[in-house]
Amino acid sequence: MEAARDLGAIRALIAKHKRWDMIFGLCGLLALMIGVLTFAALFVDMAIDGIPRLNWDFFTSFPSRKPAQAGILSAWVGSSLVMLVTAFFAVPLGVAAGIYLEEYAPKNWVTDVIEINITNLAGVPSIVYGLLALGLFVYQFGFGQSVLSAGLTLALLILPVVIVATREAIRSIPQGIREGAYALGSTQWQVCKDHIIPYSMPGILTGVIIGMARAIGETAPIITIGALTFIAFLPGAPLKAEPPFVSFEWLFSGFTVMPIQMFNWTSRPEAAFQQNAAAAGFVLVLMTLAMNGFAIWLRYSLRKKIKW
Amino acid sequence: MVAVSAQEAAPVVAKAEVRGLNFYYSDFHALKAIDMPVYEKKVTALIGPSGCGKSTFLRSFNRMHDLYPGNRYEGEIRLFPDDVNVLAPGVDPIEVRMRISMVFQKPNPFPKSIYENVAYGLRVRGESRRVTLNEKVEEALRSAALWEEVKERLQEPAFNLSGGQQQRLCIARALATDPEILLFDEPTSALDPIATASIEELIHDLKNKVTIVIVTHNMQQAARVSDYTAYMYLGELIEFGVTDEIFIKPKKKETEDYITGRFG
Ligand SMILES: Nc1ncnc2c1ncn2[C@@H]1O[C@H](COP(=O)(O)OP(=O)(O)OP(=O)(O)O)[C@@H](O)[C@H]1O
Ligand SMILES: [Mg+2]
Repeated sequence: MEAARDLGAIRALIAKHKRWDMIFGLCGLLALMIGVLTFAALFVDMAIDGIPRLNWDFFTSFPSRKPAQAGILSAWVGSSLVMLVTAFFAVPLGVAAGIYLEEYAPKNWVTDVIEINITNLAGVPSIVYGLLALGLFVYQFGFGQSVLSAGLTLALLILPVVIVATREAIRSIPQGIREGAYALGSTQWQVCKDHIIPYSMPGILTGVIIGMARAIGETAPIITIGALTFIAFLPGAPLKAEPPFVSFEWLFSGFTVMPIQMFNWTSRPEAAFQQNAAAAGFVLVLMTLAMNGFAIWLRYSLRKKIKW
Repeated sequence: MVAVSAQEAAPVVAKAEVRGLNFYYSDFHALKAIDMPVYEKKVTALIGPSGCGKSTFLRSFNRMHDLYPGNRYEGEIRLFPDDVNVLAPGVDPIEVRMRISMVFQKPNPFPKSIYENVAYGLRVRGESRRVTLNEKVEEALRSAALWEEVKERLQEPAFNLSGGQQQRLCIARALATDPEILLFDEPTSALDPIATASIEELIHDLKNKVTIVIVTHNMQQAARVSDYTAYMYLGELIEFGVTDEIFIKPKKKETEDYITGRFG
């Protein structure tokens, strides 16, 4: 038997090491709080200003010169329609591109260059997309300052997010699943359609919604393409009573969106408009949080069925 | 094609014939000049130390290597009775995989229902009639000795099954498509002894229906389930013969050393 260890010294050493644990823990907590509390303070401040202004009329009224009568009808309808167009284009394009890159593309330098570019695209300032869209969609294609142009612009903006989310979801599918399907005689497309796409859906949808939550708050590119700041009409209804029953007029209609409506109100001198801006901001944050919450819920509920 | 063993009563017929097979992972020469028959409705075991190329060899039969870039075959694996070289560049790997199926080391059921797992190979082949699917699914599950355990819960997710059941499900999935050859790559290495015993029993029963090639690390398993054994070392086929002879009186010293556990 060796001599009894100096337990006192060991304990002192452990205590000293644990102090560092605690110091780092506190620093980390502080760092976290700076982020969280700042957001919380902003949000609470906006809520206090805005909530008293929230009522049914606020959602069903057009903007007005009189702050008490002004509402966000054209803004939330505009935002919703633009989001619809964004999703309609970004999802199929992004998912197809992601699947192509993961499953079909040959592994060579061309693919590498494309990959690097996509990652970089995610970091391009959104106003640059706005400039591109102004030249391409508004003038070149002649879509004008319309819902369609805005939706396409935001679709471009979130395309990298959708592609990256798709690729990550696909990569998390074990190779054994693919090999199992190929070993039964599947073609590449059968493997994609029956396995890759359904199993990566939770991840893809999450990415899409997070992208959309970013897009709904985008202001710069929408202003660049020339969205109007004062809109007292709604785009034409998509459904009609007489044949052909559907109408795509709304795609080419002028529009405004939530952040622009906010921006417009904040630039007014009257305090009552500031209150309107706070109320609209509150609604916008709630919309974003709701989308993110939906993404989280979707991920959990779909993931439960698929475990590797 | 010809009888090789005096011990066997019925004549044995070659289902496939490997001739001068070389395989390269890009620059790495993984299989070296392999010549070997695979006999119809027999179990052929591939044994040898880790890294000797057993999986590589097995995966050549159904052209799995075509899924990854840079891989290259030389030589032939002729499939009978139609005498087609499955490695020929003109032969579509998908056609080969429709005829030669595979069960992997780790059970890899699809995250679908038990029923859909077994039916998948048939769906790939364009079968969509409910009655036929039901029939084939039941038949395959019975052949894989799983029917009694799952018949009440065919619509449940396959992931709810135990590891051994999952592996039998994968066997049923492969059987449902009536393969001519069934390849097994260490099918029991992820399973406990009881599940292993049930898979071994199953392989034993299956050889009445299908030609089997199985990779195993377990000498006892090779001795128990196989009729023929091939011993590989460093990408070469050292010895091939009737299992009893390989295990009792191997011709090569290396084979004997490996089997008696002096090496590997
Ligand atoms: N994708 C690959 N690229 C390059 N070399 C590979 C690849 N896969 C396997 N190899 C090499 O080929 C040789 C044979 O590998 P293989 O997997 O066929 O061995 P194995 O006999 O199945 O071994 P184990 O019993 O461990 O499964 C090994 O040297 C291995 O390192
Ligand atoms: Mg192996």
